[in-house]
Order: sequence, then C-alpha cells, then structure tokens
Amino acid sequence: MASITIRGVKKNYAKTQVVHGVDLDFASGEFVVILGPSGCGKSTLLRMIAGLEDISDGTIAIDDTVVNKLEPRERGCAMVFQNYALYPHMSVAQNIGYSLKVSGVPSAERSQRIQAVARTLELEQLLDRKPMALSGGQRQRVAMGRAMIREPKVFLFDEPLSNLDAKLRVQMRSEIRKLHRRLNATSVFVTHDQVEAMTLADRLVVMNGGRVEQVGTPGEIYSRPASRFVATFVGAPAMNILEGTVELDGLSLLGGSRRLAMARAGLPVGTKVAMGIRPEAVRLVAPGTPGALSAAVDLVEELGAGRVIYVDLDGAPFSVMTSEAIHPEPGSTVGLKISPEDMHFFSSETGSRLDVFKASVSEPAL
Amino acid sequence: MEKRVTFSRWTIGILFAVPQLLLIFTFFYWPAGQAVYWSLTLQQPWGGGNIWVGLDNFRSILSNADYWNSITASLIFAGISTGLAMFIALVLAALTDRQLAGSRLYRVVLIWPYGIAAPALALAFRFILAPEAGFMAVVNQVWPGSWDPGLDGTDAMASIIIAFSWKYVGYNFIFFLAAFQAIPRSLIEAAAMDGSGVVRRFWDIQFPLITPTIFFLLVINITESFQDSFGIVDIMTSGGPANATNLMVYKIYSDGFRGLDYSGAAAQSIILMLLIIVLTIFQFRFIERRVHYR
Repeated sequence: MASITIRGVKKNYAKTQVVHGVDLDFASGEFVVILGPSGCGKSTLLRMIAGLEDISDGTIAIDDTVVNKLEPRERGCAMVFQNYALYPHMSVAQNIGYSLKVSGVPSAERSQRIQAVARTLELEQLLDRKPMALSGGQRQRVAMGRAMIREPKVFLFDEPLSNLDAKLRVQMRSEIRKLHRRLNATSVFVTHDQVEAMTLADRLVVMNGGRVEQVGTPGEIYSRPASRFVATFVGAPAMNILEGTVELDGLSLLGGSRRLAMARAGLPVGTKVAMGIRPEAVRLVAPGTPGALSAAVDLVEELGAGRVIYVDLDGAPFSVMTSEAIHPEPGSTVGLKISPEDMHFFSSETGSRLDVFKASVSEPAL
Repeated sequence: MEKRVTFSRWTIGILFAVPQLLLIFTFFYWPAGQAVYWSLTLQQPWGGGNIWVGLDNFRSILSNADYWNSITASLIFAGISTGLAMFIALVLAALTDRQLAGSRLYRVVLIWPYGIAAPALALAFRFILAPEAGFMAVVNQVWPGSWDPGLDGTDAMASIIIAFSWKYVGYNFIFFLAAFQAIPRSLIEAAAMDGSGVVRRFWDIQFPLITPTIFFLLVINITESFQDSFGIVDIMTSGGPANATNLMVYKIYSDGFRGLDYSGAAAQSIILMLLIIVLTIFQFRFIERRVHYR
C-alpha cells in the first residue's frame, strides 16, 4: 500500500506538450480510474508513474519518495498492459513467476507462490501452457497474475479490458474489483470506457487534452460535472446541451425561441452560456401539458429495458431516455418536462460550471 | 476461407511449372549430375574422352594430406567468420534497437558491404592489411615482423576471416535489427516492470524471441562461408602461404583450372556439396530444437 503524489507533472515529446501540468493525490489503497478520450494523456501519465516514460517537468512521489529518476523496478509498481504483453516463449507459470526469478527467489518458494496466485485466478490447469494456447480472458488473467505475484505497492492498469469481448469485460471488471478489495493495493486504472470507469472507481479522474478536468467520486462526476467536457463525456447517451444567452430577466435559449425565467445572478446581459440536461432526467409528458416543451420525435432507439427518443427541439437535436412504457411514433409530438435541479449551466467561453447561476433558477419550467 | 485458383486439367498446372523446372534443371541438376559423372571418371586434360574409374578419384583425394588440410582450414574459416559476423551484427543490432535515433541511416550504411563484390572488397582489405603500408604497418613498426599475411599462415587466415566477416556483418545486422524491432515494445516494458535490467532483458526476452532469425542466419552464414569465400581468397592470398588459406572452394578451382585435374576437382565439389548438406541437416536436427517460433 502506498500513496501517490503527482505535482505539476508535464510531458513533452520533442516540441509538443501532451501533459500540461497535472496535480493529483491518490490515497493509499484507493482505486483510482483515469478516464478520458484517446490522446488525452492518460496513458502517458500512467506510464510516467510506472517509469516507462521520462517525466519532463514536475514530480511524482510514491509514499513520499520522489521516483522521477528511479528505474521501473525500483518503484514497486506492477502493470497490466492493454495487449497483455505476455512473454510468448514462456509457459504461464514462467510468465507469472518471472519477476520472482529476476529478484532471485528460490525455486521452491517461487513455485509455491505461483500456485497460490494461480489458485486465486483459476489458472491452475493452465500453468504449463504457452500464452498462444490461451483465450483472451485467460491471457488477461495471466497478466493479472504476473502483476499480483510481486505483491506490489501500486497496481497500474493500462486499458486492460479493451481487447476483451463485452461479456468477458463485465466479468473481468468485477474480478478486478474483488481482487482490489482483497489485496487493497493502491490501483490506478486507465480507460476510455466510461462504464468501466464508473463501476470500478473509488475516485475518478477525468482528463482531456493533457489536463485534469475533474476529480471526484463517480457519483459526483455524474451529478455535478465540473465542465462542459465532463458533462458530455460521462453518461450515455450524452448530456443534451442547449446554447443560450443571458437576458435581463432570464435566459434566451435556442436562438431566442425558448426562454427560461430566472434571476441573472450577476452575469452581464449577453453572456453566452450552455445549459445541459441529462437525457434520463427529462420526463415525457402528454403534449400540451402546462410548463412542458413540445418537440417532434425523430427516431426511437429500443434498448430493451428502456428507449432513447431523439427529438427535434426547434431545430436542435435533443435526446430523452425513458424506462416507462411509452412508445412514441417518429413524427409525432411529445411533451418534455425538465426540473430546474436537473439543469447544469456552463460558461460557453471557458466551459466551466456556473454554480451560482444554477441556484438562481426561479421558475420551475421553460 | 483462402481463395485458391484451381485448374480442372493438370496439364495447365504443369505448364505453369515448366519454366521454373527448366531453370532449376539447367542450372542445378544438370551441372550437379555432370559433376557426379566426371567425379567417377578420369577426364583427359586436353580433351579426347574419359575413362571410368569408379571411386578412385575420391580415394586419392581423401588419402591426400593436402586435402584434409583444406577441409580443416575451411572449417576453421567457417566457424570463426560465422561466429564473428553474427556476434558483431547481433551487438550492433541490439544497440541500434535500443537507441533508435539515426537507425535509418545505419540500416542503409550497414547493408552496403553486402552489396560489394567479394573481389573488390578483398582488394580493399589487401591494402588495409598489407604489412608494408596501411593500417597494419603501424603495428609492424612497433613490433617488427609481427604481421605478414604473405609469410604467416595464421595472419593470412585472419585476413580472409576479417574481410569475409566485414561483408556479412551488414547482412546479418539487417536481419537482426528487423527481428529485434518485431518484438513488441510492451514485452520489453513488461520485463522492465518485472524488475529485469537491460542485460537480463536481452537474455531472457529478446534473445529467445530472435532465435528463429539466429538459426536462419547460422545456416546462411555457414553455407556462404564455404562458397562465397572464393573471391576473397583468390584476391587476398591465392590459397597461400603454404596452403594455409587453401579453402575447399578455392582448391577446387586451383586443382581444376590451374592443375588441370578436372576429375579430382569434380570429386572435390561433390564432397563440398555433401559437407554443406550434412552441416545443414545437422543444424536443422539439433539446433532448430532450441528455436522458439511464435
């Protein structure tokens, strides 16, 4: 168990900077997921913690020891790679036991520990096989075993589930979670899959363009996204965004066709803001219900447990998710009801959350 | 499913194969068959028929101390030059693989020696290794008489080994580098995370994974060192001094075309062919077992 402290970490490749100063603190035993689109610098950050990439600026400390100049092996981290990176010429047992062999653990103790790890991961029958003769899920487990056997202070996962099919992914997800509960080692897990991120994380770090957008529990990230990027990146289907302008006594939306009555909360008239509403926060009502928006249905996506209804709101695309037994026909008109507490506001200029603004919504509907 | 073109009539297939079969027959089986026939006859040097002598040619060659000396020299040459060419290339490729800056340039520059004709490079090395001028003259000035390939058999052997290895280092380097680069980066990183240092990683991960390439190059290098050495020997030492560098392939030429012993030369070429076949079979039987194919 170890805490990780990241201070002002930057990464440059030749002239381009891919990580622009990241500050993070991971508590001991915590399961942290770094979430972001591809190219956001999340893997680079993980590899800098591992020691596989040089740190261009700033410091990374594991348990108060700055590890910037330490070799990977001196940092006490174990890593699970996206493509598993199993040694193709070694058997499963040799793969799992390689780190022990390198550190000179006697072979009797080594095979004992390999057996123990294999039992945990249900790999006992496969110990003599070569990686080539394993299925994707089995390879994944061997990669986990190789990381586990060293009893590392820190586990690093670099998108380890992205090569698995959907069913296996769900299964491995819960296995990783269980494993973490048992070993309780600090874990950093990098992914671009938000479901993976939400389900696994104690704490979630959302990254974009080499910067940290928000740090928080999955619940916090979902209910109080700190920026427009986080709001639209987390959650499926993505949050609806309506562009608006601050007026004297409210907010003009969709180029002036809708108005939201509210106090201005100190924002100058003419300020551009974006209003976000999660599709699952919108209630479908009969068209013409007082205080409801009416919109034309474009498309209905059946999900089994519910459906996503894509509507046209004065020319802007808008989606609604419902689990009620409502099946509107494309082309028909529906009423939408939105509660003020479900509205998120972001500055159009910086994308950051406007909390003062939200609290001032005075009228319950549009 | 793989798509295959199939022909209903076997004659079409044969027709497609004929040009290649003709080439192989004309340039391999026919000459090889002729050599076998000549090796069993006594060929008149000035023409005018030949006499069937059975295995007499082989008996006389194999009872000749000069020939055994030639076999020994060839084996020494093959062993040392293959070892040297492969080892140097392996080290260069391993270093290039680690630090990729400028590796594109190395790749091009290092393949050039292989493109140089053996006599041309032999002439260059003849100058470089000449005892009276050039690089080795400096050594001779400090320790007079320590280097003279024209008088000392060992020096002569060293000279042709150096020239041959120089040529094949480039060839081997390209294959080794390609093999190293085919190893996924993440395997090396995984080994680094497992606590393995640079040298340990080389022996535990990289080396086993390039064994197919090592094996391939071993077969090629040994075969070529028996065959491609002719030009180098001819220009640098002409088999001398005192037959110290009279390799099998050179002896075939000198006995046949200088000594006009066609039948003996034919028998020698059969023996050389058998030796290469045996060595190759040996390598496939005993060394290939240690190769890891992915």
